[in-house]
Order: sequence, then C-alpha cells, then structure tokens
Amino acid sequence: MFPKGTKRKFSDSGEEPVSSGDQSPPAASSAVARTLSSSYSLQRQSLLDMSLIKLQLCHMLVEPNLCRSVLIANTVRQIQEEMTQDGTWQIMTQALAAAQCPADRLVATEVLCRQTDAAAQAGQSPKPFSVVGLEEGYHSEEVVMEGDVETEVTMSTLSPVSPQLSSASYLAGPFGMGPCWEEEEEDGECEEDEEEDSEECVSEGEEGDRDHLSEDSRTGEQVFGTFEIKHPAPPPDPALEELFSDVDPSYYDLDTVLTGMQAAPKMGPYDLLESLSSHGPTTLSSSSSCRSDLNELDHIMEIIVGS
Amino acid sequence: MHEPCWWSSCCERADFKLLLSGGGSSERHICSLWLLKSQPPGSMGGPVCRLQDSEPANLSMEEESDTRKINNSFLRDHNYATEADIISTVEFNSSGELLATGDKGGRVVVFQREQESKSQPQRRGEYNVYSTFQSHEPEFDYLKSLEIEEKINKIKWLPQQNAAYFLLSTNDKTVKLWKISERDKRPEGYNLKDEDGRIRNPSTITSLRVPVLQPMDLMVEATARRVFSNAHTYHINSISVNSDLQTFISTDDLRVNLWNLEITDRSFNIVDIKPANMEELTEVITSAEFHPQQCHTFAYSSSKGSIRLCDMRQAALCDKHCKYFEEPEDPSTRSFFSEIISSISDVKFSHNGRYLMTRDYLTVKVWDLQMENKPLETYQVHDYLRGKLCSLYENDCIFDKFECVWNGSDSVIMTGSYNNFFRMFDRNTKRDVTLEASRENSKPRAILKPRKVCVGGKRRKDEISVDSLDFSKKILHTTWHPHENIIAVAATNNLYIFQDKVN
Repeated sequence: MFPKGTKRKFSDSGEEPVSSGDQSPPAASSAVARTLSSSYSLQRQSLLDMSLIKLQLCHMLVEPNLCRSVLIANTVRQIQEEMTQDGTWQIMTQALAAAQCPADRLVATEVLCRQTDAAAQAGQSPKPFSVVGLEEGYHSEEVVMEGDVETEVTMSTLSPVSPQLSSASYLAGPFGMGPCWEEEEEDGECEEDEEEDSEECVSEGEEGDRDHLSEDSRTGEQVFGTFEIKHPAPPPDPALEELFSDVDPSYYDLDTVLTGMQAAPKMGPYDLLESLSSHGPTTLSSSSSCRSDLNELDHIMEIIVGS
Repeated sequence: MHEPCWWSSCCERADFKLLLSGGGSSERHICSLWLLKSQPPGSMGGPVCRLQDSEPANLSMEEESDTRKINNSFLRDHNYATEADIISTVEFNSSGELLATGDKGGRVVVFQREQESKSQPQRRGEYNVYSTFQSHEPEFDYLKSLEIEEKINKIKWLPQQNAAYFLLSTNDKTVKLWKISERDKRPEGYNLKDEDGRIRNPSTITSLRVPVLQPMDLMVEATARRVFSNAHTYHINSISVNSDLQTFISTDDLRVNLWNLEITDRSFNIVDIKPANMEELTEVITSAEFHPQQCHTFAYSSSKGSIRLCDMRQAALCDKHCKYFEEPEDPSTRSFFSEIISSISDVKFSHNGRYLMTRDYLTVKVWDLQMENKPLETYQVHDYLRGKLCSLYENDCIFDKFECVWNGSDSVIMTGSYNNFFRMFDRNTKRDVTLEASRENSKPRAILKPRKVCVGGKRRKDEISVDSLDFSKKILHTTWHPHENIIAVAATNNLYIFQDKVN
C-alpha cells in the first residue's frame, strides 16, 4: 500500500498514511519518496490529485452536490496554498525530472512546457495564478493513476488522455531536464505537443499558442463553475484571480511551476467524454504505442530545439 | 398469510442494555424490534395501495421454526431491493402515534401505532402501515435541462389540530403539504347526481330526497393540499415548521426561505449567502431549524462547522446572525480533512429549546444557547475512523450526512454510524452504547447486544475490527418517539423500530 520506511508526517493528527499513495505506480512512488524523503509531500500530492479528479467529476454533473464540491475545492485551495508556501514544488520538479518512469517524466515535462505558457500568459493578463493548472492536474493525475484500483468510472473516463500525455513525457526524457530547458523553447511551441500532433506543432507556432491560452481559461472556469447552477458560464478572470489572491505574490514563480506542474492536454469535460467514446479501446495499448513513437518524437524535439 | 413476503415484519425481544433513564433502576430493558421490508421491483406496478392491504405477520406469535423460514424470504427479497427503496428520511409526528418514512423513489409510507388492546397488552407499540402515497415524481426542468430527482429529502409533521394529519415532504426543489385523513362514511342519495356521480337529466327528477351518509370500509386518503415550488435554485436540505403553526422554512445550500403554509405563490428569502461571484463560494448552509418555542428564532449550520442563530424580529433579511457558535480548531489534530470533517450535517434544537445539537463527521456536539465559544458536550461517534479519513475521502464516505436526534426528555441523544451501527449517549451518566440494526444479528426474542469496535491490535471476541466495517451499510436517519422510548432507525431499505419494554 505504501512504501516501507516512509515516515508519516500526519502522525500527530492520527492520520493513516495516505491510502491514495497506492495510486501511483510503484516506480513513481518509490522514486519520488526517495528523492524527497518525505511521504508527506507524496500524500499531499495524491490528495491533490484525488481532489482534482473529484472536482472534475463533480463538474460533469449538471447539478452537483454543492456542499461536496465546495469542501473539495476548499481542500484543493488549502493544499495549493501550503505547497506554494513551503516550496516543495522545486524539489518535486527536480525529483520528477530525475525519475525514470514515464509518469514522472510526464509531469516534469509539463512543468517546463507550461513555464513558457505561463510566461506568455503573464504578458497577456495581469493575473498571476490560474486555476488552469488545477484543472489540468487532473489530467496528469490520470497517468499517475494508471493501473490502479480507483473507481472504474474515473479510470475509464480518464485513460484515453494518456497517449498524449505519455508522448509528451517522452519528449522530456532524452534531453536531460534542466532549468535551461525553458529558455531553449522560448518560442512556446512545446505545449503544442501536448494537445496536437507534434508535426503540426512545428509549423503552427504562435497561432496555436493563442488557441491554447483561450482554451485554458475556459477549462479553468469549468472546474469552479461547478458551483454555478443557474449560469453555467461564470465570469472567468476575476474569479480565478480571486481564488488565489491570498497566495503571497513572492511565490509567483513557484506557483507558476505549480500550475505548470499540473499541466496536461486541454480538454473540457465534454471533450473528455467524446474521447472516451471514440478512443476508448486504444487505452490499453497506449504505453506501447508511446514507446514506438519515442524515436520520432525525439527527432521532432531536436527540430524544435534546434530551430 | 398473504402473498409473497415482499413486505413483512417481525417482532423481536432484544436487550438494549440501554441507558434510558426512564426505566427505573434496572439498566436492562427488553426491547421489541420490528423489521420492515420494502417491496421488490416486481410489485412496483401498484405499490402504493398494496402496502395498505398487507397485514404484517407478527412473528412474535409464531414458533421459532417458522421464523427461520420467513427470514430466508427476507434474504431473497434483499436482492430485489432497488435504489428507489432506500429510505431517505424517517420522522415521528408530535404525538408519536404516526411514523413517516420517505424513500428515494419519492414514496411516503406512514405507520400508525396499534391501539392498546386488553387481550394483548404486550402488543402495544407495534406500528402498522397506515397510508402509502407517491409524494414526488421525477421531473424534468426543461429550462435548465436537468432532471429533478423524486427522492424525499425530509418529512416534517405539523402538530395535529383536527382529525386529519398534515405533513410537509420535500425533494430537492419542491415542498408539498399533504393531508392524511380517514373516511369511513360516504354520502348517498344526491338529487342531481346518480350513484356513479353522473348528472341526472332534470326531467327525470320527480321528487326530492335528503342525502344520507352511509358507513363504508375505512379508507385513508392522502391528498396534496399545497405545492410550494420554484423558490429554490439549489438543493433543499431541510425544512422546519414554525411553532406559530403558520409558517415554515425551507433551506437549500445557499438560501433560507420563509413560507406561509397557506400561500404557495410567494416566499420570503430570509438568508442568502450566495456570493456575487460563485467562484468565491467557500461555505454552504447544511441544515436549518426553527426554535421549538420562540417563533422568531431559527438556527442554521454551515459546512465550516459553525451554527448561526438568527432573530427574525431584527430585520426581514437575517443575513446578520444574533449568535454564532463555533469551536476553535485544535491545532494538534489539524489536517487537510479538518474542514470536511467539521462540516455540520444536522442541527437540532432540544425539546426544551435550551440546547442545540450538531452532528459533524466524527462527533455529536451539544451547545448551550448561552455559550457560543465552545460546545457544552462533545461525544465521539466513531473516533476510530480518524485514522482512515483519506480512504473515506477517496470513497466519498466522508461526505455522508448523518443526522442526530434527542430523546423526549433531552437526556439521551442518538446518531448513526457505519456497519449498520447506531450510537446513543446518555448526557447525565456520560455512558454510551453502540447498537446494530441488522437482520442477520437479530433473531426473534434475542438480546440485542451492544457492539464494540476494536481499535487496538488485539481483537477480543465479539469485537469488530475497524477494517471489517461495512461502509456501504450506514445509518443516516433515525427518529425518537417524542414521549416514549421508541426509536426508528433506517438502515438502507429496512426500517427498524425498537421499543423499550413497557413491563
């Protein structure tokens, strides 16, 4: 259930080691735990992931249980706040970058890709923190969760996204992740890889980037739009800003990392449903197909970086 | 015997080892246990009237061998239980003569206490089906394009004022006032109508006669007298009838509305916590109730663990509370789940109006209305779950809404738990007991043993380990007779009525 030898930080509260720890594949959990030497962070991360899934599922309902949604959203805010304040994100990202398993790479890649995105976003709008990251963390969670015993609904709904994610994660692998990475891909094309075919990405450049951003804000709304019953499309930006207004601006960069950390292909709930129906059967073969694409993706990345 | 046992009941003797102070010095009280089965889907065609026809089999009068046979039929029927049969609320009326249950299928079943008979005084206290009706139907809101479930969220009885009984039932959106009345006579001999109710041709009327009332078989009618709709955007979680007997409140996640029982086309919004921007929403209302005597006072609880007492005399809109009850958080037990487990699922005034009882995920608290900074008493309901909160969050059990009730004298409180367990706490002796409402463990005339959940490493005989608790069997809804030691406990699709032995 939980790697042996990890310490419980929740012990004073009598909390059991987070059972969701077993949601990550063994390789992932051990790697992270080793690097961070802290099961607490891992617990917190799984709790965050779990909460984001719950929030997303809430949103799929026309009229969700408001009390439940609010409590989950508050939990997410609380975790997010704590994570930005104790700076665990930096350690986490390095750990993930060093990790061997695809799921870890995936997250690392997302962080770095998103970094660029966040920079572009900062240029466009004054709001420093976006809920987008939260929403998308749910997608990356999905990979972490793969092969786990979570509820069937969750798994079946989410798994179709994984091929894209995994491919994104493989992009990161060969290049030896480092802080310089973000500079290298200043042109912001990297995130294109997440949502579109990599080949197109190379050619489309900035245009796609803009789409990407607009989509971001939409999905962000959707998560917290969960609360709204009468008007399903609440005003986006001030709300998102408000959500994280209590976060110390000095953690701006960390938070960018944080939101980036959670980044993954942009899909609204309905897209998700669609992909469920259309790509369902491909789920099982996703990891193997990713492997076969690895060389090709490497090549593409070389082009991107080289340019 | 009637047709297949899709509904049956059994009477059982059981020993509560209950802490009810009413029973004299003896701490042992014999209790009788009733078991109600919901009907299987096969009978869904006409469930409403068939329930009325059925005479419950009194198993206490039968031999042990027969009992086993009938229990087997329970097991078979159990597989037929559908989602619609799950009991979603249970409530005694103010005299305790009637007991109403509502289920997820929108049905209301009313039980009536059997009248005392000289030949069988020990049978006093048994409850038989009195009336069954479909209170709410599934609806579709075409404007918002969403389905409105028929599930009955709450039932509240109005104090009886004449021969008829009135109750309020609510689903997520609509409150209905039902009248339940008996009819044992019907008028005959109208001049303008024939026996079938058709208008007679005036030319055939040659003489006038005086209509007369003729006796007929007793019939219990339930008629919807008022429908209070279109006032709630969110889900109604509670309703409460005012002691002035003219008004009631209905509460959803963000608002409390005040209604006059006679007027259905308008209500007054007295609390509204909806932020201008829904993204800023961090707190919802979880329950609200009127003070039992002061018709201007009501209390509502929130998902952040606080209770607000409001005085309707101060302003039409009670956005400003007059009292705010909240316990400071203990930093030593702080975790990510602190807020979720402190969310209040139910709030109830004591009968005497001095106290408030609240239920959160792990505890029941009693608050003195004169002391806002901390509860008077805190009782642990299932503290052994404190170490399992993450799993309970994962499987969503942490959001279960357990209710709580007072006994008639406000000296004992009761609330539910998992594994079909329910808990009672004696406020005077500080003793508590865990009991189980379960078919498997309750044989006729058997003693209902207190249950224990083992927390430590070694499990003693008769103890249940925390890991083997069944979290799908939860007792959320219970009710206590207003004057006597009779309780009704809803366990999924079964209703258990336990009675403190009279003799």
